[in-house]
Amino acid sequence: MSEAALKEKPQHAGFLKSNLREYGMMISLFAIMIFFEVVTDGTLLRPLNLTNLVLQNSYIVIMALGMLLVIVTGHIDLSVGSVAGFVGAVAAVLMVKFNIHYIPATLICLVLGGAIGAAQGYWVAYFKIPSFIVTLAGMLVFKGLALAILAGQSVGPFPPTFQKLSSGFIPEMVPDAGALYPTSLAIGALLALAMVWLNFRGRARQEAHHIETEPYGFFLGKNLLLFSIILYFAYLIASHRGLPNVLVIMVALIALYAFLTTRTTIGRQIYAVGGNEKAAKLSGIKTERLTFLTFVNMGVLAALAGLVFAARLNTATPKAGLGFELDVIAACFIGGASAYGGVGKVGGAVIGALIMGVMNNGMSILGIGIDYQQVIKGLVLLGAVCLDVYNQRRA
Amino acid sequence: MNALLEMQGISKNFTGVKALSDVRFTVRPGEIHALVGENGAGKSTLMKVLSGVYPHGSYDGAIVFDGEERRFRDITDSEAVGIIIIHQELALIPLMSIAENIFIANPPGRFGIIDRGTVQRRTRELLAKVGLEESPDTLVTNIGVGKQQLVEIAKALSKKVRLLILDEPTASLSEKDSAALLDLLLEFKAQGIASILISHKLNEVSKVADRITVLRDGRTVDTMDCHDGAVEEDRIIAKMVDRDLEHRYPKREPKSPGPAGGEPIFKVSNWSAYHPQHADRQVIKNLDFEVRRGEIVGIAGLMGAGRTEFAMSIFGRAWGQKISGRAEIEGREADLSTVRRAIDAGLAYVTEDRKHLGLLLAEDIRKNVTLANLRAIAPARVIDDVEELRVAADYRARMRIRCHSVFQETGKLSGGNQQKVVLSKWLFTDPKVLILDEPTRGIDVGAKYEIYCIINELADAGKGVVVISSEMPELIGICDRICVMNEGSFVGEFAGGEATQEKIMRAIMRKGETRPKELLA
Repeated sequence: MSEAALKEKPQHAGFLKSNLREYGMMISLFAIMIFFEVVTDGTLLRPLNLTNLVLQNSYIVIMALGMLLVIVTGHIDLSVGSVAGFVGAVAAVLMVKFNIHYIPATLICLVLGGAIGAAQGYWVAYFKIPSFIVTLAGMLVFKGLALAILAGQSVGPFPPTFQKLSSGFIPEMVPDAGALYPTSLAIGALLALAMVWLNFRGRARQEAHHIETEPYGFFLGKNLLLFSIILYFAYLIASHRGLPNVLVIMVALIALYAFLTTRTTIGRQIYAVGGNEKAAKLSGIKTERLTFLTFVNMGVLAALAGLVFAARLNTATPKAGLGFELDVIAACFIGGASAYGGVGKVGGAVIGALIMGVMNNGMSILGIGIDYQQVIKGLVLLGAVCLDVYNQRRA
Repeated sequence: MNALLEMQGISKNFTGVKALSDVRFTVRPGEIHALVGENGAGKSTLMKVLSGVYPHGSYDGAIVFDGEERRFRDITDSEAVGIIIIHQELALIPLMSIAENIFIANPPGRFGIIDRGTVQRRTRELLAKVGLEESPDTLVTNIGVGKQQLVEIAKALSKKVRLLILDEPTASLSEKDSAALLDLLLEFKAQGIASILISHKLNEVSKVADRITVLRDGRTVDTMDCHDGAVEEDRIIAKMVDRDLEHRYPKREPKSPGPAGGEPIFKVSNWSAYHPQHADRQVIKNLDFEVRRGEIVGIAGLMGAGRTEFAMSIFGRAWGQKISGRAEIEGREADLSTVRRAIDAGLAYVTEDRKHLGLLLAEDIRKNVTLANLRAIAPARVIDDVEELRVAADYRARMRIRCHSVFQETGKLSGGNQQKVVLSKWLFTDPKVLILDEPTRGIDVGAKYEIYCIINELADAGKGVVVISSEMPELIGICDRICVMNEGSFVGEFAGGEATQEKIMRAIMRKGETRPKELLA
């Protein structure tokens, strides 16, 4: 194998074009943030508001990670809101009524979520029943079950340690630090450094193998921007009460799923199933099992989201989870996932969720009623997908 | 006599492949004009240009119909002037009635409310014209293919038709149905409707056609007038083929069959399979089959003979149910119960339908090449991207895949290069036996030659190669041995040197006397 043969390059024109979707999404997010920052007179990026924004949207982001995989395989899961609500209700009954310690209770809830996902995925994967129908049924079933086990009433409050899942912050290591939380700031700085280091290492590795890379200036600028943005947000977060626990969970999950989808064989195979199920099957991929597993995964993440939401409200209500599925699905499609399967990125889904979150938050600050908020969000979803389809046709 | 249709200097390119170049084609009023040529000669493409499937602007040249230059934007435009095309794959909706199908686009009625009485009456009239006695309410799914073809023609007649284009109308019809259809064409001719008949069946063509135009590699070779004395089939074939077989296929030293050749590398015995939907229909009937090391074995047969079904039932039971039989690879019994196990046992199946069954069209070359053997580039299930790129670049060079880079989407490659990507994918699994199903379908002549060379190299490297093809000259040109399949059984076997198209056809006919006579597939 000569080294010359390795001079495969994502051509620059093609490179920019193929990545425009991602960057475009990121740019839209920043444009929306700057817009609301200006029209709310700087309220949006106040440390308190930013922390709230994270807390408010964490469960959407968590579920969007699972939904992305479901959508990539060419399916949909309409039941996630109901499942999250149901699991929250189960958690409340276990912890409040039966006084079970929060660790086993949490584990039971996650396993329950996985079992629910398995029950739905079984019909979709092995019986080829359209996921739309199976999960529509699931949506009704679990909404009803949540009502039943709560007997129509709210159950709470949760043990204080469990509440920490949503409303807690990481402990401060430096005593008497004052207004700024140094530990959180340090973690943020470390994260920023780690990401930049990973990028540089990847580039060095590519260069070592004579794979052409993006222009150096562009690469440097991108990393500088990434570094400063993460550091700035870390600073904002650190000047309120430090890193929320749920943000730590969220970032860890995002990293895990980004790695899973881009670098592992199972991730590659999931995209293959969505891209062309028959070809994937004839290439020796166990398509049914993969579809099944994406639903199990979705169930676990919906359960986690349900726990986070219940802990945040400090009570389980029969209405919890209502309409979550719509926000989650919208986040994936705004983030560039294709309804036909095979296309979509973790980063895109996360950005999609953040766009929805920032818009909710910004419009609420502006005092726009819930009525017109929905109108605007609907139009943004349609616009984002139209733009995406238009770009693909032109390409 | 003024021409009804004149196509002047038509050229059409697909990404990288010249499908038509400077084609001239005329149709006189009320004549039956046959269009013949090999697979991939450009017949269907020419008709798609004519009917507006490829709109004005996507090709070069001019279409003059009825003395006026026409620029069709889509199929509605060409139908408006009376050019009606009936495609090879029927465009009927199976679960609707005959009447609903005929008036699917423009049902008679007012304010969008369908006038059922008129639909019934006119359907009866149209069915009478094509000689069908079915009730208009019969569901299309409940009538045979021959009658469905007639419904298509009735549908065409429901519009104002001046020129009827039939793309291989008799390919799947019995002899009786074919004869009825050809009589119908003659009747239309008497009424002044001109027809273009695309067909591989030269006996039919010479029976009804007034003139015959031969296309080859996207060019008009000749137009022959059948009234200047009968046109001999051999003369047509000579014009269709032209290339002598010597130069169309790479040289090969045939491995002699029998014990002198390599030992059997792959063997199935008493193999049977049933239709996936109709459990009582045995499609593959207790076959015995073997391939030796370094041997290229061809499987010949007509469409529907069961060749693809046989191959896919072997390959991890990807087709059929109640599959039974014994398979051996290198003398040991092989477990072929799932696709994964079949691949692990050393089997590879290159599908006939690379777009739907072979490729991830939206993904790049790199991801397609490694898909069936991710293990090799992913220790501990984490993909080594540099290694993956190295593998893809290696196959790109070895197979001469023409592309900008291995990051190019496979959907944007030409057919030949797509086929090379599929072949690369299977070679990367390092198989012992490869089954290639129609490996050169829909790819141009140059790429075909390259594929043949690759097949030769594989055999020389000691693999067993099975080639399924409907193009008999191809099998005769590249195979060491040819097995003939018909209706799920092997009905003949020839050494590569002895096989001729006539012998193969005769083997097929002997078995199924009632089947239509197909000359060139």
